[in-house]
Amino acid sequence: MVVFALLLYSVVKFRKRKNDDGREPPQVYGSNQVELAWTIIPILIVVALFMATARVIASVQKAARPDNAIEVVAIGHQFWWEYRYPELGVVTANELHVPVSDANHPTPTFIKLLSADTDHSFWIPRLGGKTDLIPNHPNSMWIDPHEAGIYLGQCAQYCGTQHAKMLLRVYVQSRADFNRWAQEQRQPATVSAASQGQQIFETTACINCHTVAGKVATGHFGPDLTHLMSRDTIAAGAATNTPENLRQWILNPDAIKPGSLMPAMQLSDQDLDALTAYLETLR
Amino acid sequence: MSATLNATPLSLPARELQWKLPARGQVAMYSLICAEAAIFAIFVVAYLFYIGKSLSGPTPSEVLSPPIFFTVCLLSSSLTIHFAAKRLRSGQVRGFGAWWLSTIILGAIFLYGTASEWHRLIYQDSLTITTNLFGTTYYSLVGLHGFHVVVGLLALTTVMVFTVFGTVKQEHAARIEVLSLYWHFVDAVWIVVFTVVYVIGR
Amino acid sequence: MSTETIAWPSTTESSSSFVEKLHEWVTTVDHKRLGILYIAYALVFLLIGGIEATIIRIQLIRPHNDFVSPQVFNRLFTMHGTTMIFFVVMPVLFGFANYLIPLMIGARDMAFPRLNAFSFWMTAFGGLLLYFSLVGANGLYGAGNAPDVGWFAYAPLTSQTFSVGHSTDFWILALLVSGFGSIGTAINIIATTLCMRCPGMTLAKLPLFAWLNLVMAGLVILAVSPLTAAQIMLLVDRYLGGHFFDTQAGGSAVIWMHFFWVFGHPEVYILVLPAFAFASEIIPVFSRKPIFGYPVMVGATIAIGFISMSVWAHHMFTVGMSAAANTFFVISTMAIAVPTGIKIFNWLATMWGGKIEFKTPMLFCIAFLFQFLIAGLTGIMQGAAPFDWHLGNSYFVVAHFHYVIVGGILFCLFGAFYYWFPKMTGKMYSETLGRLHFWLFIIGFHLTFDFMHIPGLLGMPRRIYTYEPGRGWDTWNLIVTIGVFFQAAGILVFLGNLIWSYFRGKPAGDDPWDAWTLEWSTNSPPPAYNFYTVPTVQSRRPLWDLKHPDDPDWKYE
Repeated sequence: MVVFALLLYSVVKFRKRKNDDGREPPQVYGSNQVELAWTIIPILIVVALFMATARVIASVQKAARPDNAIEVVAIGHQFWWEYRYPELGVVTANELHVPVSDANHPTPTFIKLLSADTDHSFWIPRLGGKTDLIPNHPNSMWIDPHEAGIYLGQCAQYCGTQHAKMLLRVYVQSRADFNRWAQEQRQPATVSAASQGQQIFETTACINCHTVAGKVATGHFGPDLTHLMSRDTIAAGAATNTPENLRQWILNPDAIKPGSLMPAMQLSDQDLDALTAYLETLR
Repeated sequence: MSATLNATPLSLPARELQWKLPARGQVAMYSLICAEAAIFAIFVVAYLFYIGKSLSGPTPSEVLSPPIFFTVCLLSSSLTIHFAAKRLRSGQVRGFGAWWLSTIILGAIFLYGTASEWHRLIYQDSLTITTNLFGTTYYSLVGLHGFHVVVGLLALTTVMVFTVFGTVKQEHAARIEVLSLYWHFVDAVWIVVFTVVYVIGR
Repeated sequence: MSTETIAWPSTTESSSSFVEKLHEWVTTVDHKRLGILYIAYALVFLLIGGIEATIIRIQLIRPHNDFVSPQVFNRLFTMHGTTMIFFVVMPVLFGFANYLIPLMIGARDMAFPRLNAFSFWMTAFGGLLLYFSLVGANGLYGAGNAPDVGWFAYAPLTSQTFSVGHSTDFWILALLVSGFGSIGTAINIIATTLCMRCPGMTLAKLPLFAWLNLVMAGLVILAVSPLTAAQIMLLVDRYLGGHFFDTQAGGSAVIWMHFFWVFGHPEVYILVLPAFAFASEIIPVFSRKPIFGYPVMVGATIAIGFISMSVWAHHMFTVGMSAAANTFFVISTMAIAVPTGIKIFNWLATMWGGKIEFKTPMLFCIAFLFQFLIAGLTGIMQGAAPFDWHLGNSYFVVAHFHYVIVGGILFCLFGAFYYWFPKMTGKMYSETLGRLHFWLFIIGFHLTFDFMHIPGLLGMPRRIYTYEPGRGWDTWNLIVTIGVFFQAAGILVFLGNLIWSYFRGKPAGDDPWDAWTLEWSTNSPPPAYNFYTVPTVQSRRPLWDLKHPDDPDWKYE
């Protein structure tokens, strides 16, 4: 601000006037004292800024992990997020659920960040700074949300064609709600009468990429679908989770997210309807 | 205006103006050497970083043995090129030619040494650039150095041809010294590469 | 000494055909012609890069826009960044350096004229290689693809697995080839500045322009080489089956980042030091005072050169380095603010107590001072790693670096164009059009880049081809895009001014600005031999000494 003001002042005060007499102004070559002054003062400012910064870095990167912290392993894929809760036995995708934390008895969530392919970055602006997911280079971060709600974010390191639609949703819930959610996620897929849709799912290429817990589908390339209907969005936030969108996604993923790695499944209309109906049962 | 300015040079103070500037060939070659050193530094850093990190395949201690003889050849060639330059400075073109030729021969022997080592590594020990991290970094670093030796030898041979045809004279001594700077650099790099690959890395 | 001029055989324009003129230009080794070739080349790519930017901004004007597909968008931002840095700003700065350094030091040409020509053609070829990817990347039997890996091309996105086809290879080769050109020019600048100065011009009397370009050349030598090395490693990975950045084989993606940014950060100082050089020549002349604190300016420049080699990982704060590493890079980044700030204070002190003339070059340099100050502040903000954890890889970063490159470097560059146009062409540009250009451009610049900081603060990451509504980014993106059109208008006025004034401008004379460095002592444009006789100098402002024999500089220096 000071420098700004001085600049403005000098531009106004020292401009050449109309009635200028044509002589050159005093030719000043320099001044050691002035130079010293405006070297020392910035150095002091820098030192102060640095000390403050170093303290914050230490408090973030060396934060102690309390015993009741939730542990999540996040694995970045082109173009979706895989979440595993090792202690809770939960595997899900794209929508992260965590319990709300209390300032007096904190229950933060510690997230280990891995990548299955290229570089990604996990960023929820209202919950914390971003940390990258880099293959062969595990990282970790923590979040400590004090207010329940939905927090939005997205991948923050260019990872390919659909980097823009690798969205993040974090659901911060009360402890009770979170426990209920985790409990539901732990169950294998709901047992319904073996439907035509299920048969299509299990005999076409779907099971090469997707897992449905308790059934033959154990693919890991794409998101786990065991509790697909418990999510608000599909395709990492690219579309809301409605039957029409789901059907469209299976028919032609490029229409929703061009460049995503799910191939168009080339199914007949009938098969598509049956398959969608089956997926709708995966609560 | 310009004619006046150009025609009336500024009057100098009474003392004589001694105006000596560095030689541009030397400055340019030193700058080039700095740039090349930076390139090699990155390959050396990669090599050091990846020591011990290969997931499989032959390790340095299993397959590498220090090429002492060939190293001595290369480092001696720095000596011979230094003598060659001295000879040319004092006008002894034939002596220059002899030392210059020995430099080339020593350099060629070193290249042969690298080639035979690589032959053994590839066909006997199954280490190629794709085998593992050691293979990739080893062949890249030693290869980059070898490439610079080849370029140097080409330049030296060109000068040799000119010498045989009698074109090289005493007044070219400065240029020969600039070229020999490059050759000294190539040898210095080899000292670093040798230390990193055959001493530290094993 | 008599003022009799010797008749010099004139090369009359009318006697040579178009083919002969073309041949002259293609085979020239004259530093002035090569300088103009560099500058013209850069202006062409400025238009291309600008069109790429315009398309990017149109796509982002509203959420879920479909002006271009995601694949095309990803190629656009990759090409925009690569083009602007390597084929616009670097060539134009090399062009000015080539043109002016020999003139300013009283030499007749650069130290190695043929190396000079070789370097130019290498750089030019690099640019052509990059754009050839549009045709050749998928093999010549189909329309090709431009690279889409981002201008810093993080591994493993660039491996064969994730980047099929040849688009990435064209990116690699273009940078490899133009890198050789850059190193050649740097060697030439160093050799010229150290070895070709006219009698009396000790290093302490070297114009600041030459000093800044000397340090810049040193940085090119030390920084472009790591990029060359990294490109070679990437080629080894892609074509020889190497594993430098192959995470499946235990390789490291992070090491690419280190190698790239060891180049990438000094690169931005390579870009900014010549801009400082322009400001250091223009501001004194239009304030009618010598530069304040010349020795300190030189010292600060050398300090910036050194420190800039140690800050690179501030581009990697989010990558998960240790707290110790992060802390080191915070202190080095903040340290570089000190000498840079000193320079700003010195320019301010130069203007203080002067008689400022608001001609077009000075307008641009004054704007540069304000804008560079702001850019430096946002830089320091991000230098604090915790801030960067929030702001990194967001539009805040994009706003910051465009503030430096456009608001700082490009503004100084415009100033330089207007300042030396009379010298290079012998004609005066139109001051009215110059002011129109200035006001159009500065309005557009601020509309775009001031407001661009806000979506970054609100969480908008970079390199996304579209965004969701309801994140609060929509209005700001709209304003940002509107600014682009003002800037485009400004550039068109600028180019029109250059062309119109070249043909119809008033003759400018040798020294239209009443300036003090040696280039103003010879004709406009200078003859092929630069100076009738090699000058001898006694101070930093030889023409001041000539014009004020009763009060020469060398009494005070």
